[in-house]
Amino acid sequence: MSERRFIKNTAPVLVVIAIIVAIWYIAAIILNTPFQKDIYSRGKVENWTTLQLIKDTMAQKRPVLPAPHQVFAEIYKTTVLKKITSKRSLIYHSWVTLSSTLLGFLIGSALGILLAVGIIHSRTLEKSLMPWVISSQTIPILAVAPMIIVVLNAIGIQGLLPKAFISTYLAFFPVTVGMVKGFRSPRVLHLDLMRTYSATRWQVFWKLRWPAALPYLFASMKIAISIALVGAIVGELPTGAVAGLGARLLAGSYYGQTIQIWSALVMAAILAGILVSAVGYANRLVNRRMGASS
Amino acid sequence: MREVPQTVIDIKKMSLTFHTNDGPVHALEDIDLAIEQGEFVSFIGPSGCGKTTLLRVIADLETPTSGEIEVDGMSPREARLARAYGYVFQAAALYPWRTIARNIALPLEIMGLSRPEREQRIRDNMALVNLTGFEKKFPWQLSGGMQQRASIARALAVEPDLLLMDEPFGALDEIVRDHLNEQLLQLWDKTRKSVVFVTHSIPEAVFLSTRIVVMSPRPGRIHTIIKSDLPRDRSLDIRETPEFLRLAHEVREGLREGHSYDE
Repeated sequence: MSERRFIKNTAPVLVVIAIIVAIWYIAAIILNTPFQKDIYSRGKVENWTTLQLIKDTMAQKRPVLPAPHQVFAEIYKTTVLKKITSKRSLIYHSWVTLSSTLLGFLIGSALGILLAVGIIHSRTLEKSLMPWVISSQTIPILAVAPMIIVVLNAIGIQGLLPKAFISTYLAFFPVTVGMVKGFRSPRVLHLDLMRTYSATRWQVFWKLRWPAALPYLFASMKIAISIALVGAIVGELPTGAVAGLGARLLAGSYYGQTIQIWSALVMAAILAGILVSAVGYANRLVNRRMGASS
Repeated sequence: MREVPQTVIDIKKMSLTFHTNDGPVHALEDIDLAIEQGEFVSFIGPSGCGKTTLLRVIADLETPTSGEIEVDGMSPREARLARAYGYVFQAAALYPWRTIARNIALPLEIMGLSRPEREQRIRDNMALVNLTGFEKKFPWQLSGGMQQRASIARALAVEPDLLLMDEPFGALDEIVRDHLNEQLLQLWDKTRKSVVFVTHSIPEAVFLSTRIVVMSPRPGRIHTIIKSDLPRDRSLDIRETPEFLRLAHEVREGLREGHSYDE
């Protein structure tokens, strides 16, 4: 990589990361100081120096806010040093969450597209469906999630599917809204052209509306996949914290394991980053095939 | 087999009123017009005279309020379903995600033609508009003039006997426009198609047409129809001849009479 490209592309990213880490350290020191002073006074330690205090605030077992290196040491310990099959492996838990995220995202995207197809082709469907689509999103997912798990469990559906449904519940919405707009995006001129060819509805759909809507599909799928992840994590909370990043969060908060909570949080963020860039990558591939100018 | 009618377009006492929020707009009133097979007819007039609307009625993109209209001996709707015409819009209206060849393939796919047949027609029509070699380019990689030529090739690929063209060269510069006018004329002479052409350029109308329909606005009517005796094969030089200038003058007079300047 040339020096100029480094300065243009990589350097700003590194600067932002450095700033975040710096703020994180400062916050960790400030937030952990009261408890550390408590320890000193209880242990009758009186001649502590500021430097020692700073060092100790970053080495507590259950800090209010763990320092970055503590979190990354925990992540390293639970990913690289543990076998993937182990219940303590963060990779195992990430995979559990990822699998229901992906399943929920796929079902949600398909459902979202189907709803959009129905809505643009039928005025009745638009009037009858749209209010439900919108109001479904006003209900807090935290309230719906346990109900979905309980109801599905009652009819014998367990495991991956109930959690995936919670992801679906969140993910279909941006896809529906985006695709309704996308399917309606062709210019009047392009639609008139189809009319002069006496194209059928389906020909208009496949040859005009669908390709015209693809940019909208990818934009809404980027939102959908990240909230599908949120849905999967939320879905893991009422299942009794068996497995998954949600389970790690819940277990961590039961036992005051803040380092474990934060490492699960960071892992979720990394996962979201990977998922969104995967959609972005697919977008670029499709763009190239469709002759985008850059 | 159906006998090919001599009259391609037959319009009798046709009117079209748009109902808008500001009340009715009389886009077309009392249009009477017959166009014969092989003619090149231009509609000319100021904006708002209904020339594009008239073309859209012929193409069944608008429905007249009253009167009669026949295209190829059928109703405009039947003619559209029979794919009796090719339509060229003001803008090239190419689909940006399709290459030039696949843009020309679009109507052929819709018609359900076989792949070899499609490829044959793409090749022929791209050659006809001098675009051979640009099959794999995307529309944005072509100049405006080339895009419009591609859209003409797309209309021709349907192999219609009737070509409807709505100011196809309006957005192009004069040099390109002259060039395309000449090509269009050669094409018309070669293929013996009927062409209905909308324009607001007097030289373009006179240069291309066998008949010029001068229209006037509010309500849109046919003011006068001017017949041209210029030979079928013309070159751009013809624009310097007295006969050409006389026709252009006649069209200009017609436009002036039909247009009220008191607004």
